[in-house]
Amino acid sequence: MKTSANVLLAGTCLTLLSLCTSATAGEVTIATVNNSDMIRMQRLSKTFEEQHKDIKLKWVVLEENVLRQRLTTDIATKGGQFDVLTIGMYEASLWGAKGWLKEMNDLPASYALDDVFPSVRDGLSVDGKLFALPFYAESSITYYRKDLFKAAGLTMPERPTWTQISEFADKLTDKSKEQYGICLRGKAGWGENMALITTVANSFGARWFDEQWKPQFDQPEWKNALTFYTNVMKKDGPPGASSNGFNENLALFNSGKCAIWVDASVAGSFVTDKAQSKVADSVGFTYAPHEVTDKGSAWLYSWALAIPTSAKNDKDARAFTEWATSKEYAALVAEKDGVSNVPPGTRASTYTDAYKQAAPFANITLESLKAVTPKSPTLKPVPYVGIQLVTIPEFQSIGTSVGQQFSAALVGTSTVDQALTNAQSVAEREMKRAGYPKKG
Amino acid sequence: MMTLKQSRRLQSALLGTLSWLIAALIFFPIFWMVLTSFKTEIDAFATPPQFIFTPTLENYLHIQERSDYFHFAWNSILISFSATILCLLIAVPAAYSMAFFETKRTKGTLLWMLSTKMLPPVGVLMPIYLLAKTFGLLDSRIALIVIYTLINLPIVVWMIYTYFKDIPGEILEASRLDGATTRQEIFRVLIPICKGGLASTALLSLILCWNEAFWSLNLTSSNAAPLTALIASYSSPEGLFWAKLSAVSTLACAPILIFGWISQKQLVRGLSFGAVK
Repeated sequence: MKTSANVLLAGTCLTLLSLCTSATAGEVTIATVNNSDMIRMQRLSKTFEEQHKDIKLKWVVLEENVLRQRLTTDIATKGGQFDVLTIGMYEASLWGAKGWLKEMNDLPASYALDDVFPSVRDGLSVDGKLFALPFYAESSITYYRKDLFKAAGLTMPERPTWTQISEFADKLTDKSKEQYGICLRGKAGWGENMALITTVANSFGARWFDEQWKPQFDQPEWKNALTFYTNVMKKDGPPGASSNGFNENLALFNSGKCAIWVDASVAGSFVTDKAQSKVADSVGFTYAPHEVTDKGSAWLYSWALAIPTSAKNDKDARAFTEWATSKEYAALVAEKDGVSNVPPGTRASTYTDAYKQAAPFANITLESLKAVTPKSPTLKPVPYVGIQLVTIPEFQSIGTSVGQQFSAALVGTSTVDQALTNAQSVAEREMKRAGYPKKG
Repeated sequence: MMTLKQSRRLQSALLGTLSWLIAALIFFPIFWMVLTSFKTEIDAFATPPQFIFTPTLENYLHIQERSDYFHFAWNSILISFSATILCLLIAVPAAYSMAFFETKRTKGTLLWMLSTKMLPPVGVLMPIYLLAKTFGLLDSRIALIVIYTLINLPIVVWMIYTYFKDIPGEILEASRLDGATTRQEIFRVLIPICKGGLASTALLSLILCWNEAFWSLNLTSSNAAPLTALIASYSSPEGLFWAKLSAVSTLACAPILIFGWISQKQLVRGLSFGAVK
């Protein structure tokens, strides 16, 4: 018995000693988000490894919210767990300004930086310095069912207003058949309902803050926008809309339960994919709706690759980020998976005739991306950059709190007026705590 | 008029039906997860939910193509078993001293140990993350083993303490009269008597380690990532993912489910240990 106890102890100690693991030279750890374009990048990156025999890629694929939290923890503590980060424009601006990201300067001529859309480049830059290379970019567009419109004798204009969308939705709603006129995001969160509602509010002439950083939820534009949103959703939206985000609405639209859906342009490839959409043949595309203005009526978002200053292997990380966002990679995707799967929205050269033919939503997306102006997103002047978000560190917290208030108004547990009053006080409190308006 | 025998038979049948209903209710989410793993994404999202569909293995093929399942499974096995062994090595002597050499502070110590379980893990995320970073233990199995050991220690000590308390002190006195040392008392008397209880404690600790997701998601990236991290990588903000997520969850649950099935005899014995004196 004594011997076996000693053996057990020794075995445990040996096991524990053997458990320490460390990174090997030439390894690049990439943190990325789980979506189809990124999974494709992971699959095709074997070509990169074949070209660079001394570099081994390690992938950490995470859900968007988990990824954001992990990356924030790692970069703020200089943990150095990752060599390449997949981030959005919000993080690129904030982390770039803090000096947490390596500048993407001295890109080779073959990279053709001029080919990247200026709006996307600007969104990933701080004071003219580029901090992330764009992998793909998206705007928001309107999806609608051509068959239902035809049957009802309706015609979708190229540039609809929200009022027109509401009228169409009203005519196309048939709750007895579980057919809903409109599907919009309702799930609370700064990247969920607030992305959509902010573009609705922008098109009604609202803004998050005035030039002195005073929250504007007490202004009539916000009341008009939120009243419109809650009314149309209560009247013509699906039940339980306050739980619906991108995926839930995608499922509803693909199963034929939505006549109109306004959301990210990236959904274009999903709704036209016959393997996952019952309505693939009857989807129409048009621009995101506007109302009193078209400024800020469509959003701009980009997933981009960045290298943290804490990266252990920044040289190889740089080689990978350049490759994954290059024209060469786009050509590889076109060759292996078809031209319609090329990462959209970042390069002018992507929009060839072949691409436009394969992706019927390409033109709308392209024109929307060209039209966006994140530096001047609203009708009235604002002190911030960003269309569906405000690029300040406090926005995640404020945006989510406001999103919860608006979600409550949608459910009916509070009125539009109560929701706006609460949103105003939450935003005022947080901004005051953060020291706004900043001096100097 | 119902006889006593008939009444007992009816009572037994009703209790049996109720037990089956509760068991079916508890098992349903697992059943639904396995069922969904054989659906296409569009079938998985269908409303009303589909019980009858054409099964497919495409989700499992997708996982095999995209992820190195065995790397994650090996990490889960290594981390869970190491943490459980370490936990038992610390808990058995601790419970022994508390059960048989009780002082006025023993009860308080036990309660204090349990109170550490009441703190939400996220409350200590930053200190633990910084400690792991300082010691170079980010993305290492050793960090998870140490944390899982410490997390489960209070429950394991409590369980073993209650098993030990059920053993009459006279048995230990008798062994001491026969000249047994402390180590012999533990290994030759106590452990053989309550090996069922220890087995069920070990199994519980193993399951808790296997299912833990918060620390594994926050402290690992690739080298030491266990199956919980693999599951998390299949949740997606864009596109349909329920079927793939169900398939990877089924694969993640399978090893521990099989292990639990094999050792259920010990588990039941352990759980009922001391219930009847």
